[in-house]
Amino acid sequence: MLVVKLLSFETMEQRADSVHSLVDHLFRHESGKMVSVLSRLLGLQNLEAAQDIVQDTLLQAMNTWGYNGIPENPSGWLYRVAKNKAIDLLRRQKKFKEISPQYSYLLQSEYTLSSTVNNFFLDDEIQDSQLRMMFACSHPSIPEESQIALTLKTLCGLSVHEIAKAFLTNDDAISKRIYRAKEKIVSERIELNVPQGKELPERLDVVLKSLYLLFNEGYSSSHPDKLIRDDLCEEAIRLTYLLTLQSVTNLSRVNALLSLMCLQASRLQARVDDKGNIILLKYQDRSKWYKPLIERGTAYLELASEMGEASPYHLEAAIASLHAVAPSFEQTDWKSIYDLYKSLYQMQPVPIVALNKAIASAYAINKEKALEQLLKIKGLENYYLYHTSIGEIYFEMENKGQAKKFYETALHLTTSHQEQELLKRKIASCEVV
Amino acid sequence: MEKFMLIFQGGGPSENASPEFMQAQMGKWMAWIDKLSKAGKYVSGEPLLPGGKLIKGKSKTVTDGPYTEGKEIVGGYFILTAENYDEAVKLCDDYPDYENGGSIQVRQVMKM
Repeated sequence: MLVVKLLSFETMEQRADSVHSLVDHLFRHESGKMVSVLSRLLGLQNLEAAQDIVQDTLLQAMNTWGYNGIPENPSGWLYRVAKNKAIDLLRRQKKFKEISPQYSYLLQSEYTLSSTVNNFFLDDEIQDSQLRMMFACSHPSIPEESQIALTLKTLCGLSVHEIAKAFLTNDDAISKRIYRAKEKIVSERIELNVPQGKELPERLDVVLKSLYLLFNEGYSSSHPDKLIRDDLCEEAIRLTYLLTLQSVTNLSRVNALLSLMCLQASRLQARVDDKGNIILLKYQDRSKWYKPLIERGTAYLELASEMGEASPYHLEAAIASLHAVAPSFEQTDWKSIYDLYKSLYQMQPVPIVALNKAIASAYAINKEKALEQLLKIKGLENYYLYHTSIGEIYFEMENKGQAKKFYETALHLTTSHQEQELLKRKIASCEVV
Repeated sequence: MEKFMLIFQGGGPSENASPEFMQAQMGKWMAWIDKLSKAGKYVSGEPLLPGGKLIKGKSKTVTDGPYTEGKEIVGGYFILTAENYDEAVKLCDDYPDYENGGSIQVRQVMKM
């Protein structure tokens, strides 16, 4: 069960030490670590060379482990092979020494070459390299969709084809996004640095936004393959967790975002039925919500609050936690949720927050008030959930004619098979006299 | 009991295979060997690196190679025991690379 894995972040970071079986996704996660470390060593401008070394290393592991079994320390084995390949490359090609100027003098001398490379593969340095890579992938000059694709490719070890599958697009589209990102790395001379001082919070916000979008892609998308959705959520949580491990990035808003992700992920099992249909919050079986993840999310929210600050992530996490502790949809603290959405709307006056605020007001105040707010929202005309929500309110006000009209508009706007099924059922229920 | 050599040709992962795919593929190889070992059929096996040397003719000329096409590259071998060809072929059922274009040459080892 995925949520069990999600709970144990530590094991996601842990290395396989069992001789008999490997931790799930070991290759994928080690690939992300090694690409980060090698890019730091060779310079980010040589990202491709770093990726080639990692690919060769994993191929070698696949062949030898497949025949001879898993070595005692699989991660150590991978690092040793990758290190040797990197040292070979540095010896053979002088140009690499020139490109990573910070370490070039250490890499030029045979006396210091091996020990310098070794130092990069120490635990703390691996984490540090991943952190630098996160900032590089979410560099503000790289377009948002390219940021996510690059993060999935370099830090999460997904192939172009796997990313394309996750985003329901073709390989070419993803290749282009990654190409654009790599172009920016060269033209903007992006290096693997953790921003300092005043620049840090701003740059961190871009990283968080990218992780937030990655999580939502897994959580909110109606991708037919549940495993893929779960994977995206898991990767987003893993990387956000990584940020909390580093003192420079362990900020209040990072904990708030991690809290939000945990609380949302606790509902992953309950929001889809056996046939893959989406179940709305109102109709979810709350006993299927994964309690340990709720506890974890609550703990991160407390931590985030103690650290001060009230970012949008704090408010969203607080809203998610009110849902998580509510015994039923009706017994939810809608009043507080509505207030939180009001504050969120002040920070982020965007239509989607207005939509959520309006929905909350239906239960916090009354349906008439909600309808009034909903009909005033501009900019969501092509968003199916906007029309579904209005239909829902009309339906609850017993105005089935209007409800049907809005459900039908929504039906035309969504391409998701699951959503279409849900809407067809709603339309049918409007027709029953 | 007879000995058979299984020679694996082609079927290696493509250049841009993902880490996840490689790990899954490796798991299948391990499971196959494990199953053969438990049944007492597995004797030995080794993977082979690509490339190599080719020595030919009276003058024993050494060249690099064999540079055969991807689908013909020998990627490794197993030695198994089986009653006969029928059983040997059956033991190849779990070879993980059929769907990746790989094939197996099954050859009986000659008894002295």
